[in-house]
Amino acid sequence: MSEAALPRPIARGAWPGIAWALRRDLRLALRSKAELGVQLLFYVVVVTLFPLGVGADPTLLRALGPGVLWVAALLASLLSLPRLFAADFADGTLEQIALSPYPLPALISGKILAHWLTTGAPLAVLSPLLALQFGLDGSELVALAAGLLLGTPTLSLLGAIGAALTLGLRAGGALLALLILPLYVPILIFGAGTVEALRAGLAAGGELSVLGAALLVAAIGAPLASAAAVRIALD
Amino acid sequence: MLEAQDLAARRGDAQLFSGVSLSLGPGAALFVRGPNGSGKTTLLRILAGTTQAAAGRVLWRGERVGPFHPALRACAIFIGHAPALKDELTAEENLASLAALHGAPAQGPAVLEALAAWSLSRQRALPARVLSQGQRRRVALARLWLLSRPLWLLDEPATALDDAGQVTLRDALAAHLAAGGIAVIATHQDLPIASGAPQSLLLA
Amino acid sequence: MGSNSINWFKFASPASFFPVAGRLARWFAALAVPLAAAGLWLGLVVAPPDAQQGDAYRIIFIHVPAAWMSMFIYLVMAAWCAVSLTLNARLSAMMAQALAPTGALFTVIALWTGALWGRPAWGTYWAWDARMTSELILLFLYLGYMALRHAIDEPRRADRASAVLALVGAVNVPIIYFSVKWWNTLHQGATVSLTAAPKMASIMLTAMLLMTVAAWFYAIAVAMVRVRAIILERERRTSWAGALAGAAR
Repeated sequence: MSEAALPRPIARGAWPGIAWALRRDLRLALRSKAELGVQLLFYVVVVTLFPLGVGADPTLLRALGPGVLWVAALLASLLSLPRLFAADFADGTLEQIALSPYPLPALISGKILAHWLTTGAPLAVLSPLLALQFGLDGSELVALAAGLLLGTPTLSLLGAIGAALTLGLRAGGALLALLILPLYVPILIFGAGTVEALRAGLAAGGELSVLGAALLVAAIGAPLASAAAVRIALD
Repeated sequence: MLEAQDLAARRGDAQLFSGVSLSLGPGAALFVRGPNGSGKTTLLRILAGTTQAAAGRVLWRGERVGPFHPALRACAIFIGHAPALKDELTAEENLASLAALHGAPAQGPAVLEALAAWSLSRQRALPARVLSQGQRRRVALARLWLLSRPLWLLDEPATALDDAGQVTLRDALAAHLAAGGIAVIATHQDLPIASGAPQSLLLA
Repeated sequence: MGSNSINWFKFASPASFFPVAGRLARWFAALAVPLAAAGLWLGLVVAPPDAQQGDAYRIIFIHVPAAWMSMFIYLVMAAWCAVSLTLNARLSAMMAQALAPTGALFTVIALWTGALWGRPAWGTYWAWDARMTSELILLFLYLGYMALRHAIDEPRRADRASAVLALVGAVNVPIIYFSVKWWNTLHQGATVSLTAAPKMASIMLTAMLLMTVAAWFYAIAVAMVRVRAIILERERRTSWAGALAGAAR
């Protein structure tokens, strides 16, 4: 045994676990930057497809805008979710993560946070730019971006449950979509609803509060459910 | 310290093994042998806590430990077939990361020392992607140097190791056992141990 | 739903539950038939035509019980999933597996009859109202559960993974329902409850209740039959199943 590595009490808390996972996953993501660019590009392309499909009538686009931007965000989230656990599962790292003395939900929270920072957050920041194409104006852009900032973490959190449940399965991506999209419906409704509320003359605060509440609940419940699912997948 | 009573395992519908019992005290080593598919890996994974046994119990220091039990997670190192290395990280970063994951963040010099012990000093800044199978196995085993845990669970650790690597492994094992640790090793080949007579378990 | 409050743990093994399930299936099927006959007779023959919708409204005697059962079965399924996870019980997981297709079927019936009702009553097959949309999402939840089970080869992993999914879904069902309801009011102004039943004469209520209980008993009977098949398939390597097959030969 090496003298430099003296036996030390083992760290166990939740915060070090979150920090470890966040740091490692961010480092890994930054080393494969091309992948991240592709996901953002996917979002842009999907958003662009809608006007091509329904015509460029400004009134129609303005009405569709929030919904389109949100649905595209959902699809982009679904596309990026397998990345959360699949690579770790394949090279045996996920097993080591599950065997770590740190609580598994904490480690998973760190991974989800890193995932959101590299997928949902850039998307939310980019959305006002794309929303201009649909003729949304100032306050609507703010409401949309705020909604996406609050909603995309929840998408990552809920999606993690699906990603963990479908680890290593052949049907993978399509099955993940089937499992997760029903859970996404409330987020979609309230997210797009922020702009609808503004258009109806109300403030968007109500919808944003709901999104915030959903985020809090998901932040606590989703890592627990995902941890259970990961352990089941490793069995 | 490590006891198993009447363990049974299934894979799908088929029964892998049943009635497996073992008892290991400090300084004891157990070699698990058997043909391919006899359940060596499954047994190790049951002891590590990643797989649920179909029947039987595992006891660590007298306490019953089920899957993912905190006591096992704090006291055992499990090194399976997959070396658990990230392709994008260097050997050094991988090792430091794994040590930190298991609650023993290692400083730079300690990591380098561990790599040196396994003859990987020149590969330390190379991404794991370009390492050979044998080198990846060494990086995985270098963890043993950094984490001092009483229980080692190794699944075919000598795979892809050359003669020098096997010597290092043998020495590490001997030191671990001499310090009172326990090792359960699934293996095809005979791993010579310097001291004591290791127990042997054959899964048919 | 197939729970024996007497001596529960005795029936927790698939082998001992197998004959019980057979008896339960026969009993509940026998009870369901007269109940359904009575309910249909009351609803289709005895109950008066509605002032606004004429005879077209009569489809609610199938639509409403089916919708209620689709939601009830999901809750029961989720409850069995919870039991199977906490007690690590195979039979509970098999019960959940047996219930899912029946629940999905009721959801489809509810959606289909809802559409058939919508056409004569409001001129459109599908009006995106809150209840129908929630029912559609419930169908996706059922299909997702069944798809996940089907995609996992190893039975115990399939049990546990789909149990987690069912529980996550169960927690979300009320959330989804309320958010869809909110969405509906936002986009359609004043709430128009498109699936509101006409003013219920007591005879209509009786017919509906009879049909609901009939549907419930039918669901139990079918679940019992299905769980027997599941038990046989999953326990086929055991000696008692082999003896059963031998005796049948």
